[in-house]
Amino acid sequence: MSKDKENKDFEKNKNECAEAVAATPIKKTRRDFLKKATTVGTGAFVGAAALLTGSDEAEAKTTWAEWFQRNYRLMTDEEKREAVERLELRYTEEYGKKTTVDTTDAKEGVLFGYALNIQKCIGCRRCVHACVKENNQSRENTAIEWIRVIRMEKGHFLPEDMDKGSPQGLPFGKKGEEYGIQVGGNAGKPVGVVLEGQHYYEPESVPEKDAFYFPIQCMQCEKPPCVKVCPVRTTYREPDGVVVIDYNWCIGCRMCMGACPYWARRFNWGEPNLPKEDMNPKTHYLGNRPRMKGVVEKCTFCLQRTRKGRYTACVEVCPVGARKFGNLLDPNSEVSKILDRKRVFRLRADLNTYPKFFYFTD
Amino acid sequence: MFGIKKIDIDLKSIGSFAIDLFICSWKGSLRYYMWLAFLGFFIVFWIYGNYQQLSNGMIVTGLNDQVTWGIYLANFVFLVGVAAAAVTVVFPAYVYKYKPMKEVVLIGECLAIAAVIMCLLFVVNHMGRPDRSWHMFPSWLPIPYLKGIFNWPNSILTFDVVVLNVYLGLNAVCAFYYMYMKYIGKEVNKYIYIPLVFIAIVWAFSIHTVTAFLLNTMPARPMWFHSMLPIRFIITAFAAGPALIIIAFTIIKKTTKLKIKDEAINLLAQIVVWCLGIALFLTLSEVVTELYAGTEHSFSLQYLMFGMHGLNNLVIFFWFSLFAMVTSFVLLLIPQVRKNLKILPYICALAFVGIWVEKGMGLLLPGFTPSPIGEFVEYTPSIIEIFNSLGNWAIGFMVFTMLAKCAVGILTGELRYKPTLAKGED
Repeated sequence: MSKDKENKDFEKNKNECAEAVAATPIKKTRRDFLKKATTVGTGAFVGAAALLTGSDEAEAKTTWAEWFQRNYRLMTDEEKREAVERLELRYTEEYGKKTTVDTTDAKEGVLFGYALNIQKCIGCRRCVHACVKENNQSRENTAIEWIRVIRMEKGHFLPEDMDKGSPQGLPFGKKGEEYGIQVGGNAGKPVGVVLEGQHYYEPESVPEKDAFYFPIQCMQCEKPPCVKVCPVRTTYREPDGVVVIDYNWCIGCRMCMGACPYWARRFNWGEPNLPKEDMNPKTHYLGNRPRMKGVVEKCTFCLQRTRKGRYTACVEVCPVGARKFGNLLDPNSEVSKILDRKRVFRLRADLNTYPKFFYFTD
Repeated sequence: MFGIKKIDIDLKSIGSFAIDLFICSWKGSLRYYMWLAFLGFFIVFWIYGNYQQLSNGMIVTGLNDQVTWGIYLANFVFLVGVAAAAVTVVFPAYVYKYKPMKEVVLIGECLAIAAVIMCLLFVVNHMGRPDRSWHMFPSWLPIPYLKGIFNWPNSILTFDVVVLNVYLGLNAVCAFYYMYMKYIGKEVNKYIYIPLVFIAIVWAFSIHTVTAFLLNTMPARPMWFHSMLPIRFIITAFAAGPALIIIAFTIIKKTTKLKIKDEAINLLAQIVVWCLGIALFLTLSEVVTELYAGTEHSFSLQYLMFGMHGLNNLVIFFWFSLFAMVTSFVLLLIPQVRKNLKILPYICALAFVGIWVEKGMGLLLPGFTPSPIGEFVEYTPSIIEIFNSLGNWAIGFMVFTMLAKCAVGILTGELRYKPTLAKGED
């Protein structure tokens, strides 16, 4: 698969090798223009060339300005406005639809939290697909999904497993006369909940008889290890508890990916492939705006929606109501009630990361 | 400040120094040119590889979301060790005032410079957006428009950036200052030089310690999450580094007029053998600790040593590195072998390769397998990654060769300032 990718990219690259400009959007327009320019007659060529340089200049200016752009948190309101204008223009042109880049701040008195009912989850992965659609993830090469549903196989103790798992009894006993087990067990396979499931299952229908499902995504930790290790403070916890990334500031060192114990972060290994028709034009600067190559991304609790009082895409789409979302500071919110009345747990609590993503059962 | 007055900055001699060093590093025998051409061959592929990676992104590497760090960082970690290991030359020379070593300190410093340059090249290759490197400039730096923010002191990576760059600076200042003073036929100013050397000694430990902290402060990667990592890093580095220095000394002895005393090489060989011994002991401790209980946290080590779920790319590397380290340790324990300067470089090469494998395939890569959610994914570096890595090594070796050639010229007295009128007291 990766070779295929490479070939494709090399192919793409060949066409562009005449130009040594850093940002791909420029290259694209340039190449397109060059193509056009060669097809039109000499008379029109002058006009095309003028157009080419003109457009190039605007693009180059945008890229140039973006390169000098400061970390989002340090920008003045004026700088933020300029950055947003630049992005809106760029996205609108690139995807051929009017795109808005929102910068709504966190509301005071709001701390977002999430609760997931593992008893109800049927593993249909509608949340995964809704998330991809909503949040403008790269669709292929490499496809990015922020939510992964892990299929946990139900473990069994079976009589035929009794001699497996290298059991060792008394050293001198004859076969069948060793008494008791000293080292090694009989059933050498996982039983019950262990984090050894896998997320590539493709059954004909869900739920399957011998499995249950365990969706994971960014846990929006209160003490996020990923934020601590970031050398340039590009990723940080917003006041409403969401851990965000300034995609324009990320240097792509992937320290955060090494530090995240929940495997929640994804990297844009190549230029993201987001088809024009699938692009969601309602974006947030820190949320679902289209990303560029070489930066890290992850779930943001759909802050382009939730900061406007809507549910996340995954909550909205879940057919069994396993996903609950709300304000943890509001005692009447669904999540608060769940925390109050249900048995809840957090994933890998021993790491002391204090996720705001809770699992519960009825 | 005392001593400041004594340095009279003579632009003429500095200019002549720079020109002479430049000429010296580019002029040599046919063999020298062949060596440079050999390294240049790899640099051609390096240019191609970097062009591909910069224009297409990290997709041209074999990395993925499960194994996010690969041979770039593996080489980085190893080379930080090599850079730090220059201290095995500097320490005996200045702390124990060991004369045979003092004469060749300069070569050790040159190696440190070359190794740190390689480290920086590897880090840049590892970054997804090297064009945004300026985001790491601390905001107080007096650079207009480029106001970065440095996540200091939270992020260990920021510590690493600081210690590595300062180490590079310290070694460059020490080496070039020493060379310049020798060049104009004067003694170094002790009040400036000696404190710098001692700071560099302590600093050498800091670079490898901080690099170990970079890895072992992440509970998400249980294979690294133990306090033995820093000492293991330092010990293996102090075996691999002097091993490389012994090889370099042997080549310099053979190809140049510089006399390097056998005592110096013998002392380095002693350091190699004892560090190898301790490294093996630490490996044993880790294997016993992890495998006895056999928790899920030991899966990375089990995968490395025996393979798991049918995936066993790294198994051969683990056992090769163990073989290389044990063999070189046992051989070097025998005094007749250790003191035989004909065999010694080959054993050192074996130890060097063994530790390189141990750091890369044996430590960095298995840290990512299994992933935090228990997924086993195997990573194989792509051809572009190999081009870039070989190229970085070639550049490093080229820098070291040129620096060492100048250093030898200075030490043997071939490079000397020839003013039109003698004004020095020499």
